[in-house]
Amino acid sequence: VTLYGVIIFRTTSSVMRVEKLLLKAGFAIKLIPTPREFSSDCGISIRFAWDRCEEIKRLLDENKAEFEAIYPFARNGVL
Amino acid sequence: MHFKETSWPKPTEVLKAMTEVLAQSGGNPGRSGHRLSIAAARVVYDCREKVAELFQIPDPLRVIFTANATQSLNLVLLGILRPGDRVVTTSMEHNAVMRPLRFLEKQGLILKIASCAKDGTLNVADMAALIDAHTRLVVMTQASNVSGTILPVAEVAAIAHRHGVPVLVDASQSAGALPVNVPDSGIDLLAFTGHKELLGPTGIGGLIIHPSFNTSLIEPLILGGTGSRSDSEEQPENLPDKFESGTANLVGIAGLGAGLDWIHKKGLPAIREHHKALTAALIEGLSVIPGVRVYGKADAESSVAIVSFTIQGKTVSEIGFRLDEEYGILTRVGLHCAPAAHKTIGSFPEGTVRLSPGIFTTPEDIEQTLKAIQEVARS
Repeated sequence: VTLYGVIIFRTTSSVMRVEKLLLKAGFAIKLIPTPREFSSDCGISIRFAWDRCEEIKRLLDENKAEFEAIYPFARNGVL
Repeated sequence: MHFKETSWPKPTEVLKAMTEVLAQSGGNPGRSGHRLSIAAARVVYDCREKVAELFQIPDPLRVIFTANATQSLNLVLLGILRPGDRVVTTSMEHNAVMRPLRFLEKQGLILKIASCAKDGTLNVADMAALIDAHTRLVVMTQASNVSGTILPVAEVAAIAHRHGVPVLVDASQSAGALPVNVPDSGIDLLAFTGHKELLGPTGIGGLIIHPSFNTSLIEPLILGGTGSRSDSEEQPENLPDKFESGTANLVGIAGLGAGLDWIHKKGLPAIREHHKALTAALIEGLSVIPGVRVYGKADAESSVAIVSFTIQGKTVSEIGFRLDEEYGILTRVGLHCAPAAHKTIGSFPEGTVRLSPGIFTTPEDIEQTLKAIQEVARS
């Protein structure tokens, strides 16, 4: 079992903005349909490796990026 | 010579981007999490970033896509103004501003119109005299679609802000033709269209919202699905979704994005210089043709690339028809959806012949045009 983090958003435009930001900073991420267990406004979420959570939070904070929440998310699979 | 009606030809990059997006990103932006939908959402977001950069606002989420400048202007005018509100505008406005205002006036809006001079210029003091703390909104064009005259938006905005009044600008003729810095000019809301100087296709435009403008003041014009907050039957407040219900014009946005890339590569200062040189040549050439009258200030420095003229003893429709039929030169004749502006410059109700060269117009084209007008004037 791999432990991921999921960032959920209010709007697709914010997803696009954060995706660019994270890719530019070199994070390995993947856009996924928002898992049903999280009640989110936007159907697309960003999945990342949970051990990078603090760095990502800091980056989002520094760039005043809009997002709704970050949750840990356990699933089998490869990031 | 009809660039200000719609630019043509479009750069090949624009056509390519539009075809590619149809062939490759057949998803609905933001409606699902599958790869095509995400690819489509990226196209939309990339274009949002480019528009934000053009108008120098930091947040791409404050770029709202609409069908055209008319829709953007309607969104703000119908979304903010209520019976009893006071609005100040100019006598050089296009019907995209005038008609919604006249419509609202019938419902109790109090409309004050600053008269511009016969050369199309606006005396800031005349505008200032109409603005006070009770004014709800100032709306004005940045450049006239009839005479090309550039209006002093930043000066008017400074006065409006002293009274706490927001400013809506119609940038249909200025976006992509002049450098427009939304925050520095004190513009709160700016409506633009994609199909003129921005070199995109028809059917795509937008609204720029200043970073500090409170968007809860604007009711959306169109409500519906946004791909966000699908659990709620209420319209979301967050941007851009609040004002972007319904499936986006993905093909149009892709084309606009490519047009913006083209402009970025060419550089706005170079585009402006090109426009000025062509406009100056047109004005100079027209002024020596007997019987020709040029409207507006007839000065390339203080206008965008638009020159309006008439020929004594000839109707504008006859001039336009002959230029098209005999010389293959396309102009736009008549009142240009701007009766107020024509009344101001003294060409109502007959109208004028409008020449609007663009970035692909050459000095040789101008020479040929002047020669054709000379011949039309003679016979």
